[in-house]
Amino acid sequence: MRDLIYLDHAATTPMRPGVWEAMAPHAIDSFGNSSGIHGVSRRAKNALEEARERIAEILGCGPMEVVFTSGGTESDNLALTGAVFSGSDRTGVVVSATEHEAVLETADFLGRRGSVVDTVGVDRAGRIEASAVVASLTPSTAVVSIMLVNNETGVVNDVAAMSHAVKGTDPDVLVHADAVQAFGSMKFDVGQLGVDMLSLTAHKFGGPKGAGLLYVREGTALEPLIHGGGQELGRRSGTHDVPGAVGLATAMELAAADRDRFVGEVGTIRDSFEEHLTRAFPDAVVNTPDPDRSPHHLNIRFPGVRNEPLLMRLDRSGVAASAGSACQSGAATVSHVLEAMGRSPAEARESVRFSFGWTSSREESNRAARIVVDLVEDLR
Amino acid sequence: MKALVAMSGGVDSSVAAALMKDAGHDVVGVTLKLWSGPNGEAPTAGCCTVSDAEDARRVAAQLDIPYYVLDYSEEFKGGVVDRFVTDYASGRTPNPCIECNRTVKFDRLLNRLDDFGSEILVTGHHARSRENGETWSLHRGEDVAKDQSYVLSMLTQRELSRTRFPVGELTKPQVRNVAAGMGLRTARKPESMDICFVGQRDYRGFLSDHAPGAFHPGDVVDTAGNTIGEHEGIAGFTIGQRRGLGVAVGEPRFVVRIEEATSTVVLGSRDDLEVAGVGLEQVTWTSGIARSGWVTAQYRAHGEPVGATLDGNRLVFDERQSAIAPGQTVAFYEGDMVLGGALIASTIS
Repeated sequence: MRDLIYLDHAATTPMRPGVWEAMAPHAIDSFGNSSGIHGVSRRAKNALEEARERIAEILGCGPMEVVFTSGGTESDNLALTGAVFSGSDRTGVVVSATEHEAVLETADFLGRRGSVVDTVGVDRAGRIEASAVVASLTPSTAVVSIMLVNNETGVVNDVAAMSHAVKGTDPDVLVHADAVQAFGSMKFDVGQLGVDMLSLTAHKFGGPKGAGLLYVREGTALEPLIHGGGQELGRRSGTHDVPGAVGLATAMELAAADRDRFVGEVGTIRDSFEEHLTRAFPDAVVNTPDPDRSPHHLNIRFPGVRNEPLLMRLDRSGVAASAGSACQSGAATVSHVLEAMGRSPAEARESVRFSFGWTSSREESNRAARIVVDLVEDLR
Repeated sequence: MKALVAMSGGVDSSVAAALMKDAGHDVVGVTLKLWSGPNGEAPTAGCCTVSDAEDARRVAAQLDIPYYVLDYSEEFKGGVVDRFVTDYASGRTPNPCIECNRTVKFDRLLNRLDDFGSEILVTGHHARSRENGETWSLHRGEDVAKDQSYVLSMLTQRELSRTRFPVGELTKPQVRNVAAGMGLRTARKPESMDICFVGQRDYRGFLSDHAPGAFHPGDVVDTAGNTIGEHEGIAGFTIGQRRGLGVAVGEPRFVVRIEEATSTVVLGSRDDLEVAGVGLEQVTWTSGIARSGWVTAQYRAHGEPVGATLDGNRLVFDERQSAIAPGQTVAFYEGDMVLGGALIASTIS
């Protein structure tokens, strides 16, 4: 295998130096069950609560508002299902058409259990309009879920404007933001976003897989998905993954400290990669909008070139990229995000996602661009 | 050479990939995703289940070769499943596995060799091919009991020149030995016998779910034309069928004819099942050159070859043959060499 050029950081990104080292002692030396009464447990509990405080500091919330989960998918499930099953009369769900499957499939599940689900469309750039979200509200709406940065295109939504518009119309509607793709490149705090709930997962910004969180504003009624020993104030039972929580907190601090560099350097690398490709192929269509784009996503279509062979040839040439959407079997499927943006299935099948990350360098990006150009020319 | 190996997740295609890799070729493995149920669920029987794709993926990882899943479910639905339904609805007995080979596996994968930068396609079929100067010939596999040349009888020079069947040089026990010797997880995996999209249930259940319109009630008649019962649709019958006829008669009765136009099922005796020959359609020749005269013909996947004489689109058997259904494939041989194949369009009494 040649040197791998990894351009799939939106799928997952390597751990940042220091994270694994911070986690390891909590797996081996202070291995205790954080719910016990003895010294080993107290040390674990202390590490857990310390991690929670460090995270709360970064998110601008109280420590008790941080619920540790197994990752973004569980957080999204808890936000929507927890709100609908919370015991109020409200069971309606509003989601955007471009949400991650973790939100869309949860909404679909709730729909099958009797919720009215309203899916808000997006414009051709993939942006969700606040007015469209507000127009979907009904007196029975329990929760609205919108994403901060789209995982396939990198479009950035004005979540603050939407949550303020929703709250201004009906303060009892809960607003959830899926911020899984956003943390590494956007500085935000939950107060400024005005949301009641927010999902994050560590492995998207240099932490371990299997560790995530749901911010839940104090006083929010939420039925847990996982019942048991009553951990996390009863919101999420199960023995704590202390190393995971420590890894999450550490990665958040490292990513936050690296954010200005990330936005500047990685953004420049992505831009020059994009320029290289659009210069070589003037007919290439960039699906990632400008403005309102994250610094590290590039979704691009090469007319006449199906993404499936292109991605396989890239793999064989040592470049890891994706179509932004893959089912369990690994077969490429048509992107629901691009379809929602008004692209035809054929156009979606010609679209590829390159996503850059904290390890990306200009040198490897230039090399990757040359490989992409060669392969696209060859496949045309 | 750069080889694209179609891996189903079974032992044969696993060993095909392993042999190519061992021989020093640059190998890429692919599995075709062909069918999913109404809610996207993957099949649980036949040659393309979720666990089969998982086995293929694991074998590829063990061999350290690139591996991809290709979604051909639309092509499979259009080219194989819809055809299966319309064939049964019109009183024929299709062979969907051959149709899949013809319209999906070989056609699509050969068209896409360039996409993978591959020069040849490799499958795990038990058949042998030989290069004779400018042309390629196709022969029965080393293991006669496992021979699959019948289902490849529609291949022509275009396919044969760019396809290899390394497993056809081995017997099945040898294949399993190779797999076991390399520690492949598929070494002891049982063979799949089911039609992948039908699964382990009766194909009639599949037809009534997917083509309820194909079931028009009609009469069951005897060979003299007397109505002796009723049926719920010709799609539920196949030539030679003896069970589930819904008619109680003294001596054994078989479906001897299915008449689509009048939705009639004709029952007769064992003798009435016999035919002198068959009319052919979609005749193909391995060499590209049409043949006539005496050949051996095989009209079932594991049937005995019988002597017959080819004359244009007619094949007349040396001895009368029993229970032949339109829609089935017939393969022509000279010794162990495949001459070509055709679909049975009609029977000649």
